[in-house]
Amino acid sequence: MTTMTYEQAMEEFDPVFGIEVHVELNTKTKMFCGCANEFGAEPNTQVCPVCLGLPGAMPVTNEKAVESAIRLGLSLGCSIRESSRFARKNYFYPDLSKDYQISQYDEPTCYEGALDVVLDDGTVVTVGIERAHIEEDAGKNTHVGGSGGIQGADYSLVDYNRGGVPLVEIVTKPITGMGDRTAEVARAYVATIRDIVRALGISDGRMEQGSVRADVNLSLRPKAVAGESQDDIPFGKRSETKNVNSLRAVERAVRYEAARQAVLLLNGEPVIQETRHWHEDTSSTTPGRSKEEAEDYRYFPEPDLLPVEPSREWVEELRATLPEHPAKMRARLREEWGFSDLEMRDAVAADALVLIADTVAAGAAPQAARKWWMGELSRVANDREVELGSLPVTPAAVAELQGLVDSGRINDKLARQVLEGVLAGEGSPAEVVAARGLEVVSDDSALEAAVDEALASQPEVLDKIRDGKVQAAGAIVGAVMKATKGQADAGRVREIILQRAGVEG
Amino acid sequence: MSVTDWTRATAAQMADALAAGEVTSVELVQAHLDRIAAVDGLDTPSAVHAFLHIDAEGALETARAVDADRAAGVELPRLAGVPIGIKDVLVTQGLPTTAGSRILEGWIPPYDATVTRRVREARMPILGKTNMDEFAMGSSTEHSGYGPTHNPWDLERIPGGSGGGSAAALAAFEAPLTIGSDTGGSIRQPASVTATVGVKPTYGGVSRYGAIALASSLDQLGPCGRTVLDTALLHEVMGGHDVMDATSLDEPVPPVVDAALEGARMDLTGVRVGVVRELSGAEGGFQDGVKQRFEESLERLRGMGAEVVEVSCPSFEYALAAYYVILPSEASSNLAKFDSVRFGIRVEGATIERTMAATRAAGFGDEVKRRIILGTYALSAGYYDAYYGSAQKVRTLVQRDFDAAFAQCDVLVSPTTPTTPFKLGERIDDPLAMYLNDIATIPANLAGIPGMSLPAGLAPEDGLPVGFQILAPAREDARLYRIGAALEASLAAEWGGPLSAQAPELEVGK
Repeated sequence: MTTMTYEQAMEEFDPVFGIEVHVELNTKTKMFCGCANEFGAEPNTQVCPVCLGLPGAMPVTNEKAVESAIRLGLSLGCSIRESSRFARKNYFYPDLSKDYQISQYDEPTCYEGALDVVLDDGTVVTVGIERAHIEEDAGKNTHVGGSGGIQGADYSLVDYNRGGVPLVEIVTKPITGMGDRTAEVARAYVATIRDIVRALGISDGRMEQGSVRADVNLSLRPKAVAGESQDDIPFGKRSETKNVNSLRAVERAVRYEAARQAVLLLNGEPVIQETRHWHEDTSSTTPGRSKEEAEDYRYFPEPDLLPVEPSREWVEELRATLPEHPAKMRARLREEWGFSDLEMRDAVAADALVLIADTVAAGAAPQAARKWWMGELSRVANDREVELGSLPVTPAAVAELQGLVDSGRINDKLARQVLEGVLAGEGSPAEVVAARGLEVVSDDSALEAAVDEALASQPEVLDKIRDGKVQAAGAIVGAVMKATKGQADAGRVREIILQRAGVEG
Repeated sequence: MSVTDWTRATAAQMADALAAGEVTSVELVQAHLDRIAAVDGLDTPSAVHAFLHIDAEGALETARAVDADRAAGVELPRLAGVPIGIKDVLVTQGLPTTAGSRILEGWIPPYDATVTRRVREARMPILGKTNMDEFAMGSSTEHSGYGPTHNPWDLERIPGGSGGGSAAALAAFEAPLTIGSDTGGSIRQPASVTATVGVKPTYGGVSRYGAIALASSLDQLGPCGRTVLDTALLHEVMGGHDVMDATSLDEPVPPVVDAALEGARMDLTGVRVGVVRELSGAEGGFQDGVKQRFEESLERLRGMGAEVVEVSCPSFEYALAAYYVILPSEASSNLAKFDSVRFGIRVEGATIERTMAATRAAGFGDEVKRRIILGTYALSAGYYDAYYGSAQKVRTLVQRDFDAAFAQCDVLVSPTTPTTPFKLGERIDDPLAMYLNDIATIPANLAGIPGMSLPAGLAPEDGLPVGFQILAPAREDARLYRIGAALEASLAAEWGGPLSAQAPELEVGK
């Protein structure tokens, strides 16, 4: 056997999986220094002695990052440790300026939680959270020449702007018993985390920019036979697929790895415990470094930092001000918006809920907001193969666009052209309308002139109308719309034609 | 005052003379630069080699600015215009900083350590950077990547370490004040063997930001001088809270100058002084002359009204072993950043791993490699609990011993080192013998408490300096200065001045 599908694999084996999600916090400054924490700046412009690891420099903990981590932990139902020390994780790599990463090891600030994840059909799955700990990000390597890896490269460039950016790493407990819904649960879990960090406002949650990154662990074990308990069957060897950076990829990575491992096992070949790289273009994984021998990071308590010791009062204060859980928010919004089950489910599946909510908050009617995001914008996102939320249009702009339609300044057809302009970066809807001259022609004298001109070339139309064939007006409407490049109000044009024919519409 | 050789004056005298207009900062700086030129260089007859880098122009520039401000009536800090030497472990913007290692040869830091900044804000001209054992690992400066410093009392002998350069510069009158760092005795042991004064403040009392880390939980920067008062004056410049160091104490500098002035009145009535039995030489390993001068010093303290009691700190037996697990463990991590990627020397290899390995092989000396290997091993999975874990437990026991001892007395005292300075090369191939030098100084670092070494006289058998150590509870640095100043005054009365004045004249070059 050389290939099989995910569904076939699920018939043969019982999957066990776990997910590590890294959330980049959107604090103003980095985890242990005062450098700006911003994505996309010129390389090595947001650095200082601390995040460059210069001799003598020392870290100082960013209190705001600790607050964000605690709020996230509380949202995941975690307990908050009264005292947690940072630890040093020692390994040599050029993007790690100090050659150790400051992380948390045996004393994570947030531990033992549980998160309810709602699937598309409304099924609720509770995912056990082992820990959520605070750490710093590494810099970014770019390898030039060779195969693109560090080995064999002609040279490598290192950008330390990302070095020291605050991260929270959320680790699930092993998730079992999901069967053929494993891929769906994996996706829904990461989506829920992403929704939570956005609702908390602690991260922009943009997976394509790496501000939420997932590593997917998966193993297969035989299905229990009659008289056997599935829980008694030991876990198989697992693979860890790194840096899966979209929701779609999370689902696909699970499907690919399950099918790959199933083929190996059915052929009597071993699954190697290793990290694997995810390839978006081929939707497949390739082997990374072997984890058969656990790497020795020589963790020890970071002596340059004091332990994180949040007071009980502070933690309770943070708990009291947590935003609504995304699943609860969904139920509430469905009620408020009056969406059908199907409309709601589609919006959730397309990750459009927050976008619609923000559009409604900016003044659009719920159905109008839904129509834009689930219609035209979903089509564009699909064409461009990007997530809806990463299109270059804000909910506020969509609301503005709908406002222009509602006020009659543009019609639906023009609105699509305006949107095209907004997506092309030409500015706000109002700016695009002005720059492209797309406003509906509501000046009667201009419309009358256009009608008269069209009638002059098709004089027979007036007679047909007078004979009662009112639908003949359509030809003139069409001609006027063409002449005005669609900017005419078709209803008004029709009225003018009927007036000219002496017939009141 | 009329002074013919300003290098012989104390920092306090210099400060007073500057304020009184009896001397200019430029004159002071030039006198010290001349002295350095005469005795320090490897081309001079004495070749003390206390300095790795001299910044004559920078020092004179600061001096000129101070003189101009003083002439213009600008209010200046107490030590403004008094020159200083800085141990090469502190980063100095624009001045080479190597921590005594070849791996940092040629590196010019782009920023100032907090203490460097405070020295600059105090308007003290920086004469240069003083020699040290590589990354502060050693007790003799023989592990400097740039050659050893020689003890001005006997040029064939070690000046102590790791801060041998800072201590020798004082003893050779190349600087009135220097800055040191003390991880297991690197301020106090050099002070002991050069008849100078050195203080390791309470952990967190002086910011470590910009001090190239050896063992972060043990390192502490401190002041070095020829007198207790001078040392106190520098302590007040260096100390105080710093937001850049998370372990820095958020409280004012203890009143160390007032304590030094009070101590000089030689009244110790009501003070309880504890002699640590385990460090008193009672159990062997201490040179006779060291024990003799220590006993005499105790007599002097009694004579000034102090009550001397004996205390026991049984866990100190394990302190050295614990120290030599904790220090290399932390050092192995702290020194990982010297990987050729961002600063320092680079030895190219076929891959990045080879480049890192070749750079570290070429740049680090034997002692550094020895400790990195030790520390890497001690932190390894499966060994962590047995080594690092056990060492931390010993550390807790040492702290408890101190707590119990300080419940019975105000300060603890001992000889600073078991012997007077040994000869260069004598112990270089015997790391354990070298490590034993720090037996009396290490417990203070493990507990984070402050300690001072000051001269107790010369050993009768070899005429070399003996140091007297005073330890106080955390945050009680002022006690060191009070007791130290009292003992210093008592000894000076007998010697007719500071012991440092009795150092043999160095042969000078042109």
